[in-house]
Amino acid sequence: MKNMMEVQALTFTYKGSSEPSLKNVTLPIEKNKVTALIGPSGCGKSTLLRGMNRIHDLYPGHRYDGTINLLNSDAQGYTDILTIKKEAELIRLRQRVGMIFQKPTPFPMTIFENIAYGLRLTGVKKRSDIEEVVERSLRDAALWEEVKDRLNLDARSLSGGQQQRLCIARAIALKPEVILFDEPTSALDPISTLAIEEMISVLREKYSICIVTHNMQQAARISDYTGFMYLGEMIEFDQTDTIFMKPSVKQTEDYISGRFG
Amino acid sequence: MATRQHISHKFDEEVEEVTSNVLSMGGLVLQQVGMAVTALLTRDKALAESVIEGDVKVNTFDVKIDEQCNRIIVMRQPTATDLRLIMAIIKTTNDLERIGDEAKRIARQAIDISARGTVPEQFASIEQMAERVKDMLNRSLDAFARKNIEEAVSVINLDSKVDRDYENLTRQQITHMMEDPRKIPASIDLLWSARSLERIGDRSCNICEYVIYLVKGKDVRHIDIKELEEQLEE
Repeated sequence: MKNMMEVQALTFTYKGSSEPSLKNVTLPIEKNKVTALIGPSGCGKSTLLRGMNRIHDLYPGHRYDGTINLLNSDAQGYTDILTIKKEAELIRLRQRVGMIFQKPTPFPMTIFENIAYGLRLTGVKKRSDIEEVVERSLRDAALWEEVKDRLNLDARSLSGGQQQRLCIARAIALKPEVILFDEPTSALDPISTLAIEEMISVLREKYSICIVTHNMQQAARISDYTGFMYLGEMIEFDQTDTIFMKPSVKQTEDYISGRFG
Repeated sequence: MATRQHISHKFDEEVEEVTSNVLSMGGLVLQQVGMAVTALLTRDKALAESVIEGDVKVNTFDVKIDEQCNRIIVMRQPTATDLRLIMAIIKTTNDLERIGDEAKRIARQAIDISARGTVPEQFASIEQMAERVKDMLNRSLDAFARKNIEEAVSVINLDSKVDRDYENLTRQQITHMMEDPRKIPASIDLLWSARSLERIGDRSCNICEYVIYLVKGKDVRHIDIKELEEQLEE
């Protein structure tokens, strides 16, 4: 199966820091699979994720060395996203590689407008087109049935889990190819967490997914591949089953079995 | 193998406790098999009856260890070596319980043989087989306790000898039964016991396979010994 993205020998240094936060990291993101990144706080997993749609570049001055290849939309060849310079292209990149954050971030507007807003920015104008995409996105995010009768309510009236699914719907509306999840359920209760996990397993059929999580059981439940990171390095990357049943590296074993530190 | 302690000491204690219960159960089962074989060879009805009574203790261990494993799975969600250890314990316990049942069967044959009063022909030939099987069981428990793969493989290697003992014994008894049909009941009793011993040998091998799984993470069930050794060399 083709890789949707390939992080190759990436070293990343935050502005003003003398030590790199990522050291020579390599990570494949296989198409239509879920790849999980685990590791203790400060290991660089979120830094890696945020490099994958260049969201770090909202603040200038960070340093990337290496390549991050993204499969071209026509599936012919790859483009190194680290070579992108124009702001418009970066915005386009972030549509293709969407990101969901730990805390739900609904805009202070109606449920409908939360999704329609981004669509209008990308040039969709026709009301019926927008309505169609809003419904499809909400269905894909498994939220439609819960909100279809109150699309004009303020998005902040939704529960935390619903808000998070709304943010996912908002990302999906822009037809991304990759969705990055940065601890999407750590602010949610167990039932909302399961709803998000269930949704991710369905989303996988259409998108390639990379998820950073502190919840190792979550990584074991929903991912196909898992990477264990420590102190800015990719210690082990393998099929999720292998990582959790028979990891090759002792550090991975110690971390996942609660012996670390 | 992770030898480091868990961050949660309680988890370490729970794992230690359940492991030590498996070893106690193993010791008890080994004792049951030894007593059953002695009862058979000496036609000691009282000893055989105490083996049958003793099986309750084996079953109690079985239930208790299962409960402890359930608890660890629910509370700790074990992964990697911990997961493999719990799997190995559950499966080992199951085999030990069944070995206990075989000991009980041998004890029943001992009672039948002593009640009948006629000794099967070549009765002593089962002794060699019994010694070998007891040794296999003992060493499989040792391999489990020390997580020792070499020991596990050497036990698995012994199984073909037990199978040969069993075949030879069967052939002898068939000959005796054909020569004199009056000997059939006694021969059948003996064959049942031999069959139980052969099964104990098989189950000791199973335990050794779980040890290999535990240490190496490789599932070596359902393959022959040559293939097993090749896999371990990888």
